[in-house]
This record gives sequence, structure tokens and C-alpha cells, in this order.
Amino acid sequence: MSRAMTGAQMVLEALADQGVEHIFGYPGGAVLPIYDELHQQDRLKHILVRHEQGAVHAAEGYARSTGKVGCVLVTSGPGATNAVTGLTDALMDSIPIVCITGQVPTHLIGNDAFQECDTVGITRPCTKHNYLVKDVNQLSRVLHEAFYVARTGRPGPVVVDIPKDIQFAKGEYTGLTNSQHKSYNPRVQGDERAVQAAVELMANAKRPLFYTGGGIVNSGPLASARLRELVRMTGFPITSTLMGLGAYPASDQQWLGMLGMHGTYEANNAMHDCDVMICIGARFDDRITGRVDAFSPGSKKIHVDIDRSSINKNVKVDIPIVGDCAHVLQQMIDAWQAKKPKLDKKALKTWWGEIDRWRARKCLSYRKRDDVIMPQYAIERLYALTRGHDVYITTEVGQHQMWAAQFFKFEEPNRWMTSGGLGTMGYGLPAAVGVQVAHPDSLVIDIAGEASVLMTMQEMSTAAQYDLPIKIFILNNEYMGMVRQWQELLHGGRYSHSYTAALPDFVKLAEAYQGVGIRAEKPSELDDAIKEMIAVKKPVIFDCRVDKHANCFPMIPSGEAHNHMLMGDDLTGEDIENAITEEGKVMV
Amino acid sequence: MSKQPGSAYPLEKREEKSETHTMTVLVDNEPGVLARVIGLFSGRGYNIESLTVSETEHEAHLSRITIVTSGPPMVIEQIQHQLERLIPVHSVTDLTVKGNPIERELAMVKVAGLGEKRVEAMRLADAFRAQVIDASTEHFVFEITGKQSKIEQFIALMQPLGLVEVSRTGLAAISRGPERM
Repeated sequence: MSRAMTGAQMVLEALADQGVEHIFGYPGGAVLPIYDELHQQDRLKHILVRHEQGAVHAAEGYARSTGKVGCVLVTSGPGATNAVTGLTDALMDSIPIVCITGQVPTHLIGNDAFQECDTVGITRPCTKHNYLVKDVNQLSRVLHEAFYVARTGRPGPVVVDIPKDIQFAKGEYTGLTNSQHKSYNPRVQGDERAVQAAVELMANAKRPLFYTGGGIVNSGPLASARLRELVRMTGFPITSTLMGLGAYPASDQQWLGMLGMHGTYEANNAMHDCDVMICIGARFDDRITGRVDAFSPGSKKIHVDIDRSSINKNVKVDIPIVGDCAHVLQQMIDAWQAKKPKLDKKALKTWWGEIDRWRARKCLSYRKRDDVIMPQYAIERLYALTRGHDVYITTEVGQHQMWAAQFFKFEEPNRWMTSGGLGTMGYGLPAAVGVQVAHPDSLVIDIAGEASVLMTMQEMSTAAQYDLPIKIFILNNEYMGMVRQWQELLHGGRYSHSYTAALPDFVKLAEAYQGVGIRAEKPSELDDAIKEMIAVKKPVIFDCRVDKHANCFPMIPSGEAHNHMLMGDDLTGEDIENAITEEGKVMV
Repeated sequence: MSKQPGSAYPLEKREEKSETHTMTVLVDNEPGVLARVIGLFSGRGYNIESLTVSETEHEAHLSRITIVTSGPPMVIEQIQHQLERLIPVHSVTDLTVKGNPIERELAMVKVAGLGEKRVEAMRLADAFRAQVIDASTEHFVFEITGKQSKIEQFIALMQPLGLVEVSRTGLAAISRGPERM
């Protein structure tokens, strides 16, 4: 099983054994031996990015849209530090990434050598785990372990730092083994007694609600299928976090839309008023809970999570179940079927009646205009005109991201790539590159804001180099829209540095990157322009000029409870001024 | 739209009592493992009141870390589960939850002085069963082992008698009874 080879060869061998087909990277002095090996093989395709942050986001998009581990290769020093934002993003959103970093030769470590940094020190808090390999005979074991750690349990990014002398050194390569890790053995099966107790609680619920998250998507398509089975079996309503969109089809009757700060009126009110909350693969994040002491005060809470530390972190729950979503969902389905519960049909009917009244509030309505494109309208049209295509959506961070979550309907998991936990502006463009690499024939759209997308615009050059026909659909309002919205709500409309006075001409910019630029300024032009964008088989930057002052509603202001939402259509200026209490202002 | 009543103070600290717990963490003795544990505490804002670490099982390369920490019950629970999440961590045991662990610390206390103060220091050392491990005509170094309260008290008594400096090991702890943790 073991063969002699150099460290650099081992890297390629291990990646092949792990089934890796694509790696995103950028060469430099400390990884040249590995790049030399890349040059002499054709099993693995390398995608040259323009900045290491882009490499990690591309790998994230690749991972999130395929369920595989995303791979990154960067050099020491600035290569590694540039990757930090992407690694942190992957950690917050539990995306499996293996990032190989070059390091200065072992004898120079600690010497402040050229392009040296303490990579394992810097990435320790922003990875699930990291390794510095100082013995070439440990390299293959470490690489295989890195993949195992990245994809199992709660997935996350893993860094393997390889000094240059180790890449040159000869040693023994060991292939995949089935040996168990000494200390890391994540639990997948839920405790059966807890599952029984959960099902008992669900069976007697009068106002039940499923609250699901990115954990369902991370667990894989099976979890999503089982979630649908269980939700339909029970007939209960379901809402999901930003990260969980697509795990349950948005077209279904039981779907209430996204919850949280910019979630729907019906989802948030249902969260507040439910008596049994079934949380699966979500983590009670502060954008979800609002004020913790007023969070769903009357409910018994069931929490299924593969990460024990997510349970009872923000909100105390009644029935914790540690395990993988797909496994626990199957256990719940089995328990439900065995129990054949007699549901309180009358109470459930009343509950659905309440939900229908909240739905009738039509919280996502906005005033359409003929003279200017409303951003919500742009997303609605984009959604309508992309039906019949195999669509993947990525986003940047801000208002456009929330509008995309509200107005683009997802029917399947792995179709929605967004930076939820870290909120990384600049995520969407490189993520789209990664998605398009994995799905070359699909329609990959980055719904973007003009401010975010400029942070990683250089990756347009990557898209051009590899003929990746990504579509960057910019909702251009010339403002950092979400910053401006908060300044309006919190700081008396003093728009301190949230206006970009000197934006590039995005049409010309697209052309400079060997892509196609399209602009739409009037609602009447929009449909044709979108159709043109879809038809072009090249990278496109779509400059969609939208209303500059639109705000993202509904909204739970900071420091408020779920049942105190700001709605878009009934606000006066004074309401907005008074919406957030002094204490809430500190929270943001 | 109605405004929240003025009583809403989302930032108000919950009036939960802080508890002090002693935890034992068994880890692989590999480079950087202590940094992972300490980084977790500083990164998440947990307290470390005492921390002791040494390899305790040489063949398995296992180190035992004893941490004394404090916080409200929900935070204490978090600390345990966050520690368990670290890849090289084999087990985390909250000895305080298991009940009344045996806790000891060793301190070396240097006292310099002449005459009556020197005699008094020696007398107190006898009473506390501290050993003299270094001495000259002008100073003593005492070695004292015991509960933290005993060490604190001894140091306080040495203060007026010419206390020069103190070196302490931090707390080591083990559960009572015949079982392994």
C-alpha cells in the first residue's frame, strides 16, 4: 500500500485518492514543488484565481453546490493571510474545505523569513482544525485526516501547512485506510429516548412549527428528502433560516418562507406563538432570535444538531438531540409511523387559520413603479425568466441578498450559495466561479450589490480564462444599501460614507474582462435585458439600475421580539426613527 | 406601529449566579494543543482562573489539563462542549459536577529577613507543614502543598515577614473514589 515519493507528489496522490477533481489556487515560492507536480499530470484540474480569498470562496461555492469537499492551494505568508476571510466564512457556514498552504522551509520557521507567517497560529481560530507537517512520512496521513475532519461531523475548513523542504523530501505514501481517529468520532445517530420524547411532544402539539437550517443542506440530499417526508407526514408548517433555503420546496403549501430579521411576517409570528418548535440543523443565531428573552416564550423546543455546543448556547431547549440530520430525521419518521399519533385536528386547524391571517398581511408587498426598477421587482423578473433553466444562485451580502432570499424561490437544496454567518461582501462572484466549475452547463447567477461585488471583481478574469459563463446580476443603487438602511434607522439619516460616488461603468468593465456588459434602467427594458443575459454564453455583468432608496422589509429591529416587525408599506418617517430602542442600537 | 415598552433591555446581563468549576481535559500531547485550548477561552471570552498541564500518559502521549473556570451554568456547559469540539481533545470532565474533587496546589515561597521575623516565618512554616527547600542566613524558600485556601493564607502571613516572591503550579485535581474520570 505504501510507496516512496516526494511530499509534493504525495499531495497530488492524496487529492486523487480523495476523489478531488478541481482545486482552486494561486502559486508562489513556497508551493512551487506542488505546482511543478500539477504541471506533470492531468487527473486534477487547477483553477487559477486572481486573489486567494477568491480561491476559498470559489471552493465554498463548489462544495456547497456539490456536497463535496472544496480544495484550495495557496502559498505561504500573504497567500495564507489572504485566505483567512474565506476560511472564516467557511467555518461560520460549516462548509467543508481543505486548504493546503505552502510554508517556508522547516529550518527557517520562526526566523521572519521572506513570505513567512505563522499560518497555523493565524488560522487556528478560523478553521475546524489545522496542521503543520514537519515529517514527510506523516504527510499522507495528515492529508487524509484533513479530508475526514473537513467533511464529517459539523463540516468546516481544515488547513494543512506544508514547509517547502517537506514538499521536496522523499517518504512513504500511505493510501486511504479505515482506521478510526483517536479522539474525533462525531456522533450521527440520535439518542432514541430523546427522539421518542420529541415525537411525543410533536404528537400533542397544538401550534407546532419546524424551524430548519443549513445543517439539512450540509447533511446531504437524503436529509432534505426525509425532512420533506416528515413535514408532509405531520402536516406541520415549516420555516427555515437563510442558510437552509431549498431544503424544503418554497412552492409547498406548508412553507412559510424564511424567518429572522428579514423573514416573513407569517414565519416570525409563527415562531413567536408556536407551542412546539422543532429545530433541525439550525443554531438560534442572533439574526434569527431577535431579543432572546422574548424569543418564542410559550414553546417547548426540540433541537437536533450534530454539534453539541450549538445546543443551549443562545436559547435553552427542552429536548436536545445530538446527531446528523438525515439519521435523526429517519429516526423521527420511524417513531412517528410506529406511534400513529392522534393529532389535535381542531387545534391544528385553528393554528393554520392564524397562519393564513398572517399570510394575508402580504408582508413582501412593495410599490411597483413604471419609471424606476424596484429591486424586488428585478428579482421577481429574474426568477420568472429563469424558470426552465438549471439555476444556481450565489449572492454577495446586504439588501440584495435579503431580497434574493425573499423573492427567489428555491425548490431544491444546494442551489443557494450565500454568506450567512460571516456576512462576507465579495463572496458571491468567486462562489459563482466555483459553482460554474462544478456545473459547467448550468445557469449560475450571482445576485450582487455594486459595493460588494467590487471587493472581488478581479475574479471576472478567472471566469474569462476558464470560459465560465457566470452572470453577475448587480442591483445597483450606488449605496451600500444595508449600511444606508441602518443609518436611516439608527443614525438620523446621516449617510456617512455609504455612498459610492465614483463607480466604474460596469458595462465597460465587463468588456475589459472579456465578458459582456448589459444595462437596464427602466422596468420596460428589464425582461429583454434578462433574456439577453441568459442567452449569452460568456461571463456577464448586468448593471441593473434600481431605486436608490428602497429599504428591505419586513424587518425585526435589533433588540425586538419576533412579533414586533417593521413592515414596508405602513411606515412613516417617525416610525422609522422610533423603531429601535437605545439598547437595540448597540446590538445591530 | 407600537413601540416596545421602555422595559425592554436586550443588553441587560442576566442575573445568573456565576459558579466556579474545575474541569479536566485529556488531550493528545502535540504541538499547539495548549494554544487551541487557551485560544478557545480567550476567543470566546471565558475565564481561566487556573490552568495546569502535564503529560500524564507517556506511551499514549496524553496530557492532562486541569482548568478552573467560572461563569453562569449555561456558559459552563458551553465551555465543556466547546472543548469537546477540539479535534485533539479525548475527553472533558467537569469534576465539580461529579462532586467534591480533590484539589491541590504546590507553591514555592521565598522569604528574606533577619531576627524575630525570620524565627516567626520558620514557626509558621512548621505550623503549615511547609518544607524548607533552600536557605541562607538571610532567606528561606518554603515548599507548601495543599488546598488553594491554605496556600493563600500562608502567603498572606508571609507578607509582613519579608515575602520576596512566590511561584505556584496552579491547581491539580482528581475525582474521589476508585473510578477513572
